[in-house]
Amino acid sequence: MTGITGGTPSMLPAWGGGAVPRNEPLLAVEDLHVEFATRQGAVKAVNGVDYTLEAGETLAVLGESGSGKSVTAQAIMGILDTPPARVTRGRVLFRGTDLLGLSEENRARVRGRRIAMIFQDALSALNPVFTVGWQIGEMFRVHQGASRRDAERRAVELMDRVRIPGAARRLHDYPHQFSGGMRQRIMIAMAVALEPELLIADEPTTALDVTVQAQIMELLTEIQRESGMGMILITHDLGVVADAADKIAVMYGGRIVEHALVHDAYRAPAHPYTRGLLDSIPRIDRKGRELHAITGLPPNLLDMPPGCSFAPRCPYRQGDCAVEAPPLHRIGPTRGSACHYWREVLDGSHG
Amino acid sequence: MAATGDPVLEVRDLVKHFPVTQGVLARRQVGAIRAVDGVSFDLRRGETLGIVGESGCGKSTLARLLMALERPTSGSVRVGGREITRAKGAELKQVRRNIQLVMQDPYTSLNPRMTVGDIVGEPYEIHQDVLPRGRRRRRVQELLEIVGLDPDHADRYPHQFSGGQRQRIGIARGLALRPEIIVCDEPVSALDVSIQAQVVNLLGRLQQEFGLSYIFIAHDLSVVRHISDRVGVMYLGKVVELGRDADIYGRPEHPYTRALLSAVPVPDPDGRERRERIILQGDPPSPADPPSGCRFRTRCWKARDVCAQQEPPLQVRPGASHESACHFPELYPVPRPY
Repeated sequence: MTGITGGTPSMLPAWGGGAVPRNEPLLAVEDLHVEFATRQGAVKAVNGVDYTLEAGETLAVLGESGSGKSVTAQAIMGILDTPPARVTRGRVLFRGTDLLGLSEENRARVRGRRIAMIFQDALSALNPVFTVGWQIGEMFRVHQGASRRDAERRAVELMDRVRIPGAARRLHDYPHQFSGGMRQRIMIAMAVALEPELLIADEPTTALDVTVQAQIMELLTEIQRESGMGMILITHDLGVVADAADKIAVMYGGRIVEHALVHDAYRAPAHPYTRGLLDSIPRIDRKGRELHAITGLPPNLLDMPPGCSFAPRCPYRQGDCAVEAPPLHRIGPTRGSACHYWREVLDGSHG
Repeated sequence: MAATGDPVLEVRDLVKHFPVTQGVLARRQVGAIRAVDGVSFDLRRGETLGIVGESGCGKSTLARLLMALERPTSGSVRVGGREITRAKGAELKQVRRNIQLVMQDPYTSLNPRMTVGDIVGEPYEIHQDVLPRGRRRRRVQELLEIVGLDPDHADRYPHQFSGGQRQRIGIARGLALRPEIIVCDEPVSALDVSIQAQVVNLLGRLQQEFGLSYIFIAHDLSVVRHISDRVGVMYLGKVVELGRDADIYGRPEHPYTRALLSAVPVPDPDGRERRERIILQGDPPSPADPPSGCRFRTRCWKARDVCAQQEPPLQVRPGASHESACHFPELYPVPRPY
């Protein structure tokens, strides 16, 4: 089996020899809490995150810097630096097995092989002293015991697959000899080399120019369509979400404040923060007038406000918001909002 | 924003080539990076000219040339009618009062060892005659208030402020000498989405209040559209299209502009399956060795032989509504509504 197209997730062997339970979601994150120990005290980066993902689905995790979106992904991937980071509570169920309960050895067998990740900055994610062919081939040599020659052949196939022109010729080039977009393709090639069931893409196009960004997103969705893998797309760009995602989870202050099908969230947001973000997008009919800006600043993770962390910036705020943190209200089969006043937010969406 | 007729900034045939040298003892020039290669435009009082383009297109070099931080290889930049490209010493200092820069990264563009008050007041140290020493502290506090910061925070240091607040500090410094022109080089791209709108609104308010003219350089096309009266699109050191915002976004003529606009992800999932997309192949060529003729032809789906032989000048073509540099521009049959 070469290339990355063949093979549906169910054909892949489960680790530990057990059968794959068909009714389990591909990934279920439950009540995840992550803290960082710092000199100033514990930074509560993730404060109870829940989400699920099915095979073939794209979940966009939207949030600003410090919202906890990347830390959640690193906890799923098992690449948090511990210490200072510590998962204080929660479970990460991958096809029904809690990854947090696995030994490091078993964890390492999942990482890269069944769950892969790509990062924003391809230049620092790639090793500058090895050729790209060697680094892509390493996936096959280390994980599958492939010979050098075999690994090289499959590296060329992958480079072709991610449309790097003249793949065979460029096999022995180093990362710095490629443009930003081409480096991102190399990282995608490495990530999908072992046909993972889940791909986590952390701001995959943020550092790229807009025309290159479009190329990379097209490539990612095409690979996903053909391989049926699940994808978590971490981004701060509302345009990228609208283009590529099936579901959206909006993070603020280390929590998911709203989750919904992407069409629902854009049509009628159910959390004031989501609504504020959508309203602040420059639109043609608002030209020459002020943009709707969310006032104030994101919360300080060292000193989180009591109650709802968005309350100090929220136009829907009432007295109880500063006292009682709203639970993630279930407002439909596929929707949730962590706002006491989600009904008012939903109603106001069309006004 | 009402732009009145007289230009405050005139740029003509501006060229900046950075030499590429080889050899250790005897350095000889083996080529040149053509960062900016023949750019002309006017900026009128109270007007905002947006400059868009991808990395390497020369937009930041253009900003440095306008500020006289780089000497151009050739061409002219006139600020308020005075040539700045050959200005020196006191004369240069005088012209620079009128044109100020707001930089992209509020984390590296503020000196961490200076208080905010000293940063905002530093222009008065350099231009001693603008304001007597005794009135400076007061004026700095006014400036902080104008950009929406607490004037009592003048004694704090930059690290005590968030990214959006630091950008406000940079804007306050830019306003200190009451310039007519502010060059904004990616002023919001380092900021979080919820903070970007605050800074864009601030820039808009300041423009109305002080009659400022902006050169607004950015890669975010929707922000540029929101704030700009006219927009120039750059590709490999050249302006390939220049027109009013409605022309550029509504009737783009140059294939590159069309590709750029269609590549921007639309923040609305409705109808995303039917959206037409032009996906360009490959990366822009190196500015050290640009293609002959039209520089975009290597990635252009309309390119023919003439594109490799003749460089298309930036001009209004028959049937077109604005300037573009393409032999085969996209023309729109419906006349403009106004």
